[in-house]
Amino acid sequence: MSLDLVIAIIVTIAAVATPILLAALGELVAEKSGVLNLGVEGMMLIGAVITVAVTLGTGNHLLAIVCAALAAAAAAMIFGVLTLTLSANQVATGLALTILGTGFSALFGQPYTGKSVPILRSPFPPELAADPFWRVLFGHPPLVYFALLMVVAVWWFLGRTRAGLILRAVGENDLSAHSIGYPVIGVRYLAVAFGGAMAGIGGACFPLMLTPQWVERLTSGRGWIALALVVFASWRPFRLLGGAYFFGFMMIFEIYAKSNSAFRFLPSEFWAALPYLATVLVLVLISLRRSGSTSAPACLGKPFVATA
Amino acid sequence: MQLRLEKRPEPSKLLQVVTPVAAVLLTMVLGAVAFSALGYDGLGAVREIFISPLAISYKWQDLAVKAAPLIIIAVGLSIAYRANVWNIGAEGQYIVGAICGTGIGILTNDMTGWWIMPLMMLAGAAGGAAYAAVPALLRVRFNVNEILTTLMLTYASVYLLNYLLAGPFKSPTSMGQPQTVLMSAEQTLPYIIPGTIVQLNAPIAIVVALAVWLVFSRFVFGFQIRVVGSAPHAARYGGFSADRTIWLAMLISGGLAGFAGILEVMGPVGRLILQFPANYGFTAIIVAFLGRLHPLGAILAGIMIAITFVGGEMAQITIALPFAAVGIFQAMMLFLILASDLLVRYRIRVVRPGEVPA
Amino acid sequence: MTPFNRRTMIKIGGAAAALPLLGSRAFSQEKLKVGFVLIGTPDDNGWNHGHDRGRQEMVDAIGADKVETTVVTNVAEGPDAERVFRELAQQGHQLIYGTSFGFGEYMLKVARQFPNTKFEWATGNESAPNLSLYNAKFHEGRAVLGTIAGMMTKTSKLAYVGSIPVPEVRMGANAFAIAARKVNPNVTVKVVYIDSWFDPAKEAAAARALIDQGIDVIAQHTDGPVIPQIAEERGIVGVFGQGADMSAFAPNTHLTSIIDRWGPHYIKSVQSVLDGTWTESSVWDGLASGEVEIGPYNAKVPADVVAAAEKVKNDIISGALHPFAGPINDNTGAERVAAGDIIDDGEYWAVDWYVEGIEA
Repeated sequence: MSLDLVIAIIVTIAAVATPILLAALGELVAEKSGVLNLGVEGMMLIGAVITVAVTLGTGNHLLAIVCAALAAAAAAMIFGVLTLTLSANQVATGLALTILGTGFSALFGQPYTGKSVPILRSPFPPELAADPFWRVLFGHPPLVYFALLMVVAVWWFLGRTRAGLILRAVGENDLSAHSIGYPVIGVRYLAVAFGGAMAGIGGACFPLMLTPQWVERLTSGRGWIALALVVFASWRPFRLLGGAYFFGFMMIFEIYAKSNSAFRFLPSEFWAALPYLATVLVLVLISLRRSGSTSAPACLGKPFVATA
Repeated sequence: MQLRLEKRPEPSKLLQVVTPVAAVLLTMVLGAVAFSALGYDGLGAVREIFISPLAISYKWQDLAVKAAPLIIIAVGLSIAYRANVWNIGAEGQYIVGAICGTGIGILTNDMTGWWIMPLMMLAGAAGGAAYAAVPALLRVRFNVNEILTTLMLTYASVYLLNYLLAGPFKSPTSMGQPQTVLMSAEQTLPYIIPGTIVQLNAPIAIVVALAVWLVFSRFVFGFQIRVVGSAPHAARYGGFSADRTIWLAMLISGGLAGFAGILEVMGPVGRLILQFPANYGFTAIIVAFLGRLHPLGAILAGIMIAITFVGGEMAQITIALPFAAVGIFQAMMLFLILASDLLVRYRIRVVRPGEVPA
Repeated sequence: MTPFNRRTMIKIGGAAAALPLLGSRAFSQEKLKVGFVLIGTPDDNGWNHGHDRGRQEMVDAIGADKVETTVVTNVAEGPDAERVFRELAQQGHQLIYGTSFGFGEYMLKVARQFPNTKFEWATGNESAPNLSLYNAKFHEGRAVLGTIAGMMTKTSKLAYVGSIPVPEVRMGANAFAIAARKVNPNVTVKVVYIDSWFDPAKEAAAARALIDQGIDVIAQHTDGPVIPQIAEERGIVGVFGQGADMSAFAPNTHLTSIIDRWGPHYIKSVQSVLDGTWTESSVWDGLASGEVEIGPYNAKVPADVVAAAEKVKNDIISGALHPFAGPINDNTGAERVAAGDIIDDGEYWAVDWYVEGIEA
């Protein structure tokens, strides 16, 4: 395997991994505050379709990404009102959000279907971005770097700031956080909104760097992978980074395995199913090492009702 | 003046029944307004999606066909969710159940005998239960979150189906197409109403719901699931095992999903095909919640969701409404029903200024 | 079928339809109502788009005053399809097209219940008195694309991205590889399936991974324009439109395209229903009758390549060239078709191997 091929593979993996990484980072923060939002896929689709609409309308990529984040965060607020204010079941509400996002994006996206969206290119000068070697560092679209930056930001926020500490406290023990006087519901609203915005940006990656167009169900289930990834990474931002790139690798590996006779000893469907089976396996390994306990936030998925 | 929430000692029985109906009605009103605002024929959409499938008698058979698998899966999921076991991979169990049952079907394709159909059904249920046993084991043994394992296994099951249809299960007479042989007359559920397409799976769905309801409300085992689900610690003191409950919840929900899968093969689909996964497993989650996690509620909710699907197709044909609209209506319905949950469990009290809250 | 049997069948079918007809709506019968059932949406720029364009062509030719069409999109194969076909028949559509192989089972069922409604099943393989078959020999077009790819590749590495391993896709890859190796014996063709008719993210990932490996011409048998977009972004030698001209998505890399032209068939069959001359039939035409067309060539395709491609096209039309003429070896080296022999239309469906030069 030549160095050129290795570099080409790395660049491709980064593109595939970035939307999952962004969405998973948002979900990680939401889950750390104790909220399980299964609507990631729906929010990504909303982000993707808004991105297409704004990019085709104004030609401004940055504006498109901001609008995608806001629209997906707004959708996340529907989830927030239901689960946080009305303490509805989070699993069902999250699924409903995915159904809504799928339907809304299909309807809203109809006029934009089948139009080419101008893609994002590397922000660096072509001498670096197109250099056969240095493109491994400089040849990525801006969202790839943004995702890496957000990994550090989320890690710093959760582990090094007071606000992050409060957020984790709310997720670990909402009752005592409440009794100390932290605004449990308020913190969770912010976390859910952040999760939505990040899923929206993750969705924006599809038309802007992966599949430069709008079609129904454009994200084809990547939101669910993002959800799995959070657990896979046992709620740690840097493991999330590793996990997302591992997933990206697995998705690309599938294509190599299918098109090279060296991998014919197992059916191609096995290689396609491998990322999902690997996730299950990793979940088991993680919990084995912790001897029976996962590092899931203790209040994950449980409604909080303030008692006077 | 101020509004306050007050927890009811017992969830309101009346509201449990009234709120789903109110949610559906409110969805129709909001949907009509929203789609009119979007420039579609909002009233027409509501008429076609919610009224036409009921008003036109020849659509009833379609409702039965569409609702039957949804009801069977939703009944199982209701049990699991009540026990706080979040099996969201019924789709995968549905697929694996269909695969196992069809395996028997392929082996017995040119045989005759009364035993073939029951054996296929048994294999379907066993396959679904076995596929649900994996997440159950992982949850009990390794404390791995079942939401994610059931979902991941659903994806894997689709590839298992692809693999089998491309090779081992492929019909020799299919001209290279990835599909199994057609189930024989001996392997096909009988039509119960002459001149319609309603097969035995429709009454089976009702019987399953009734049977589960009976077991659930009358016998200890049902009580166990209820207690563990609502208060795991109390259950442990009462001598119930949380592990056993997880096993039971997963096996029942997986088994019923697998059962629904093989009934589809023996019924309306007729054979295993690549497009066999029809999202029934995911849609049944909505059905379960719309039916308030009650087996009898699942019957009504299953029919309700079937109405929106069948109506959505009609709306596409008659008023050219995009099919995506159905998803928006379904999501709206589910949002409203979940929101109304609060009213079932809490009472809204108006507190006047100066009055001391109770 | 004897007249007696047919009458019995009509009686049974009539009885079956009579009961559900209760409560049916009244319809005006001035225009012929024609239904189209699609597995995706017309704006996929590929397969479904091709059928929808054929529909428009038909409406334009016949006249909107004589024919009225209904398009039902995103119909899943299975009981959902059966319901849609029945609904269309029930609502008075007299001619209904089903445009996916997997619809057939359910069309046959509904066709038995509505003996007076005509059905046509694209890519199907089992007809009935009121159900005809129509298909197109896309593999003839693949031979033209293979010729262009073989001549233009610089790396001698080609790829064929397929949807699902069904005979049409496999034979498309075979025709492509045979033609490419005829003009360039060093060529290898990697065949990758995305295991779905529609998964743009996976198509894109496949295209990127293939280009990373040095592949510089990609042909596709999937339904959308994602692969041309990626090819354009990466600036490889070439890519081809599938089902429709996709040059708008890849102005520099789109060499040419295979265009599905269903219009002529739709015009003919709708006209025959209007005239009352429609009969059970099976149509499987290709380049010769215009069902399969080669789109415009990109200006960057050299004249000698265009000439070679046109020659292959014209030879197939005239019958001088058969896309599957022997000798053909499979990719293990074993001879499958002897010199002077061909894979005929009947044997076509049974081929479950790849020709020499294909890696899959």
